[in-house]
Amino acid sequence: MGFECPVPIQDYDTVTLAHGGGGKVTHRLIEQVLVPALDNPALRELHDGAVVRWEHGALAFSTDSYVINPPFFPGGDIGLLAVNGTVNDLAMCGARPRYLSLAFILEEGFLLKDLWRIVVSIREACQALELSVVTGDTKVVERGKGDGIFINTTGIGERLPGAEISPRKIAPGDKLLLSGPIAEHGIAIMSVREGLKFETDLESDTVALWPLVEAMLNRAGRQIHALRDATRGGVASVLNEMATAGGVGVVLDESAVPVNESVKGGCELLGLDPLYVANEGRFVAFVAADAAEEVLAVMREHPLGRESCLVGEVVAEHARVVRLRSRFGGSRVLDMMSGEQLPRIC
Amino acid sequence: MRYVDEYRDPRAARRLVAEIRRTATKPRQIMEVCGGQTHTLIRYGIDELLSGAVDLIHGPGCPVCVTPLEKIDRALAVASRPRVVFATFGDMVRVPGSDGDLLRAKARGADVRIVYSPTDALALAEKHPDREVVFFAVGFETTAPANAMSVWMADKKGIENFSILVSHVRVPPAIRIIMDDPYSQVQGFIAPGHVCSIMGYREYEELAREYDVPFVVAGFEPLDLLQGLLMLVELMEEDRAVTRNQYTRSVRPDGNPQAKKIMNEVFEICGMTWRGIGPIAESGLRLRDRFAHYDAERRFDVESVKAEEPAACIAGAVLQGKKKPHECEAFGKECTPEHPLGAPMVSTEGACSAYYAFRKFEDVDHGV
Repeated sequence: MGFECPVPIQDYDTVTLAHGGGGKVTHRLIEQVLVPALDNPALRELHDGAVVRWEHGALAFSTDSYVINPPFFPGGDIGLLAVNGTVNDLAMCGARPRYLSLAFILEEGFLLKDLWRIVVSIREACQALELSVVTGDTKVVERGKGDGIFINTTGIGERLPGAEISPRKIAPGDKLLLSGPIAEHGIAIMSVREGLKFETDLESDTVALWPLVEAMLNRAGRQIHALRDATRGGVASVLNEMATAGGVGVVLDESAVPVNESVKGGCELLGLDPLYVANEGRFVAFVAADAAEEVLAVMREHPLGRESCLVGEVVAEHARVVRLRSRFGGSRVLDMMSGEQLPRIC
Repeated sequence: MRYVDEYRDPRAARRLVAEIRRTATKPRQIMEVCGGQTHTLIRYGIDELLSGAVDLIHGPGCPVCVTPLEKIDRALAVASRPRVVFATFGDMVRVPGSDGDLLRAKARGADVRIVYSPTDALALAEKHPDREVVFFAVGFETTAPANAMSVWMADKKGIENFSILVSHVRVPPAIRIIMDDPYSQVQGFIAPGHVCSIMGYREYEELAREYDVPFVVAGFEPLDLLQGLLMLVELMEEDRAVTRNQYTRSVRPDGNPQAKKIMNEVFEICGMTWRGIGPIAESGLRLRDRFAHYDAERRFDVESVKAEEPAACIAGAVLQGKKKPHECEAFGKECTPEHPLGAPMVSTEGACSAYYAFRKFEDVDHGV
């Protein structure tokens, strides 16, 4: 009682797809509705995973729901994504994934052989990480009330003793490292979506990043200040989140950001900016300047980070704003995405 | 990427900028007609690089922006019908109508789907014979042939559950409106490359003679535009009101005859109201009588839906090149891409959205 819902957010009276797009509208929903209602110190970090302390150390805890359409796509399926996505949220907290919960919401009529394929893919992903699914749930909704299959996974991880990762640790002078070419997942998915189909050799970049993160932490420990996987909203949106959370300015060098040729082609065709397209196997690392070179070398030696590169830095000026140094020499603001990127007309 | 990176080479761009600056003996007022061109110019900061030599006036060539409110309202009315699948290009879904946009209609239960081509919409109609599939046929001459083709194919295959809501506009009549305005500052035009790929540039040669201004047909990459601007400035310096073609890799003098043929077979020229500008004679396209039963406005009887533009937004002045987006009081404050007051803030080709997305670093309040 006495607690009033701050809705309407802007002037939306219903949830729109933009509320789930990972851009500004999503953030407003989180900041204006969820955080005020449920506020506590761990939540306030607004990281993809929370680090909670208990008597034996620190646990990382994260949850994510997977609603991808289509459930099978070039380079993976919803099951693989549901393991990797949650594992990556834990990895971004510096935590080794240990236990996973797995909940399905299935639509009446979904093919059992497809469900089996997804379960097998979950099993394989977990085996590779020595991770166990220790609890689960299955619900079925009537035909027409779901989209085939939705999955939720929650993960518990053990934070490495040497890790101390938080956006609050980001400091002016930090170097910004990116773990590989961007936008492959988003473009691969769009290439198989109804209404947008086009031919490409692209595959989703979905991968569990923990082995790479572990190698980095083993080498540089506390010198790694913050990590963030560039999922929804792409690199541009997560850099904005980090700049805001860390209260710092971020400078991104446009020409240093690797984008492979097929992705460039897809982006040209659809009128999308790769900096805003989703990734499932790429992250940005904020690393102390004097350790940056060493960390970059570790990343490049690792199979998951071969094409890593230095893409920018943190500055004391323009707090909470991301600045893009453009190829043509100018500078402009790299804003957070507004809603979902919309394929353009011509 | 081949055939793209070459047109974005910073060194070549700097050379062209220097040459334009050397050539222009006084500041030149040039309008780029197409919103796609506006976007490139702002994104790459070409307007800044040329400041003092060329003043770029942004034209009305954003099809999303000029689609009249009434059409948006009719689209919303059609999309909200129970059996309708409303298929549209992506950037139309957030254009504000009198009561919300298509995205909100979708959230309220309308079946709104984003497609990349009108033939994809036609395929939806074939796949769902129990539904009425309506495609929102917006755009300049660029998109008209493909839209015409979808109707022609529906007719040939006897697909009855397909129709289009037509809101097509033509560039040349809009250029006349701009030049007929006694306060117009425009001394030369960058003609829209994609429109000319279809139509050719004979119409622009006529306009050049009639209004005594030069035109250069240009492409959409930074180097296309810089080269086009250089050609235009040279013509201005020589005082020659003729039409030249920079975009030769795509545009032929007479355009694409097949595309024009199908377009003429299905559509005919009509008067059209432009959002923010008003009615312009002969500036639109509608279905010919033979194809009238594919007209969604008739089929769903929404011709009675009328709408008046609210006064708050200066989109009209922006679309006619009389004002720049940041001269609007609402720009970046009440009016942002998440909460657009006018269509130019929505479309990726809208001038306001280009100014907002690529706003200069110095122009932003950076906080403390």
